[in-house]
Amino acid sequence: MSTPLIETRHLKKYFSTPAGPLHAVDDVSISIQRGQTLGVVGESGCGKSTMGRTILRLIEATDGEVLYNGENILKYNRRQMQEMRKKMQIIFQDPYSSLNPRMSVADIIAEPMKVCKTLPDNKQIYARVNELMEIVGLAKRFVNAYPHELDGGRRQRIGIARALALNPEFIVCDEPVSALDVSIQAQILNLLMDLQDNMGLTYMFVTHDLSVVKHISNEIAVMYLGQCVEKAPADELFRDPLHPYTQALLSAVPKPSLRDRSALQNVIKGEVSNPVNPKPGCRFAPRCAHACEKCTCQDLELKECGPNHFVACALVNQDKI
Amino acid sequence: MDERNVLEIRDLHVIYETDQDTVYAVNGVNLTVKKGKTLGLVGETGAGKTTTALSIMRLLPKKIGHIKSGEIQLDGRNVMELTEGDMRLIRGDTVSMIFQDPMTSLNPVITVGKQIRESLELHKHGRSEKEIDARVDEMLEMVGIPASRKNDYPHQFSGGMKQRVVIALALACEPKLILADEPTTALDVTIQAQVLQMMNELKVKLNTAMILITHDLGVVAQTCDDVAIMYAGEIIESGTAEDIYEAERHHPYTIGLFGSIPDMDSKAKRLNPIPGLMPDPTNLPAGCPFAPRCPRCMDICREKKPETTRFGTHEIKCHLFAGEEKGSAPE
Repeated sequence: MSTPLIETRHLKKYFSTPAGPLHAVDDVSISIQRGQTLGVVGESGCGKSTMGRTILRLIEATDGEVLYNGENILKYNRRQMQEMRKKMQIIFQDPYSSLNPRMSVADIIAEPMKVCKTLPDNKQIYARVNELMEIVGLAKRFVNAYPHELDGGRRQRIGIARALALNPEFIVCDEPVSALDVSIQAQILNLLMDLQDNMGLTYMFVTHDLSVVKHISNEIAVMYLGQCVEKAPADELFRDPLHPYTQALLSAVPKPSLRDRSALQNVIKGEVSNPVNPKPGCRFAPRCAHACEKCTCQDLELKECGPNHFVACALVNQDKI
Repeated sequence: MDERNVLEIRDLHVIYETDQDTVYAVNGVNLTVKKGKTLGLVGETGAGKTTTALSIMRLLPKKIGHIKSGEIQLDGRNVMELTEGDMRLIRGDTVSMIFQDPMTSLNPVITVGKQIRESLELHKHGRSEKEIDARVDEMLEMVGIPASRKNDYPHQFSGGMKQRVVIALALACEPKLILADEPTTALDVTIQAQVLQMMNELKVKLNTAMILITHDLGVVAQTCDDVAIMYAGEIIESGTAEDIYEAERHHPYTIGLFGSIPDMDSKAKRLNPIPGLMPDPTNLPAGCPFAPRCPRCMDICREKKPETTRFGTHEIKCHLFAGEEKGSAPE
């Protein structure tokens, strides 16, 4: 296999809190091949956004490595990192708070090019702005508009145009559609997929919505309390989820059909436990219907139990649950 | 008013008037909620779902929000004719509301027990102090929170627990109707499933009617008996859950809404969004409000508002079905 574009090795990010270290991302190793999409799924507080930001070095990692094309970018100095940032961009969740309300659409999209000085003069920069607006489907008449004049879907298009401004190779999409209505959500997802096809972009797609992630991802990593509990190709994960948490997550999504009305019967009990100083062993054990002694005595590692299908569960390798 | 109904809305028009322009938020809505049944009110942001709910409670923002015309019959009384004093007796007692965001709908400086007590004290119905205390404990236990936590403040609870407190609050006086405004949108999927399951159980236990406002057709399928789909201030399709999810004829908007949900079972890569955006509510099109986005738009759609066509319980407001015979239920 060729070198993945992005790879993390035992990536850790602990936040220090008065109660002790909060394990936001705990020993996560993932890799994304060029032109592919990795979907990262989990509930709020499982560390999925923190991981995206740690990979971009918007937050400094506590330990571990982030490899870009095989090179550890966590060792880069400021200047090297500045070069690096042109290749890695992010699209934020909330199109209402991630755009400066006092800048016009054109200025917002032009800003990265001005900061990184990729184009020599304003004329070329604004020509490129027009080009980008066309790519993401924003009408020309919005050039001088301000974000508050536009609706959520159009604002998210500005966010996407800004992320594309420097011709990046890798984009972290941090819940880019969760603040949008369903009909607009589908428009944005289609746009992201088209851009990937045309420009060969690599995505890390962070979301809590399993149905969204299936459409856009090649591979999916399921996170729970800072750890990756299952990782598999998208179709495989939906066909044969092995970790009890993945199964619970899949069955908790309300399906728009009357046939599955009884599906709510087997919901998991309890809530996510505290990520400060977690106990050793499987972190899902307190909520897991199949938990036994094995689950709580030692930390579990991801084990391959099918082609490219990794699971961190003490029970899976013995027999299928 | 029909004895079996707890709420009847006839031809409701609501506008928001500002200095610059007039927003036509609700345009001729007809709704009926049967006793003990749940109605799902579905639509995108700005469709007028919340405005409809606020009109029932008479809680529209003062000065700008006006009910222009229409009739709201709640449990046999015309809400429009009541004084503010009478309204205060009804709110929380006959009808109560669950808000979308549990983080902001609780008072952060009052313990949850006291907040539940508050509505019980306002609507006493001859309960003694002791009975009220017992009722607070009972309500908390009913939504799955140990009664020992009644002296805790909202910030000591997680999001899902807070929403349970809000539900306990809404149910405390055993209202005949609950307006639940996106009650699970702010919650994680596994917690959402827990809360929905609990609401389903409580609904049966207390025989309360509910209007569930949501944009999630999955949530509606799991909880509702009847469904009304709203677009640009109008109900464009309504009927029983079976009518909406399983019947053959549908409003093109309903079809678009279902098409744009990413389907977990399908193999298709691309989604089928509805092109364009919802019309500007200050400047609605003359004909059908969905006409500019409709894939099956005809000339008449741009000029004339469609009438409602009835197929038994199933009602569709679209010119496509105008010629078809009314009242014949295709079973």
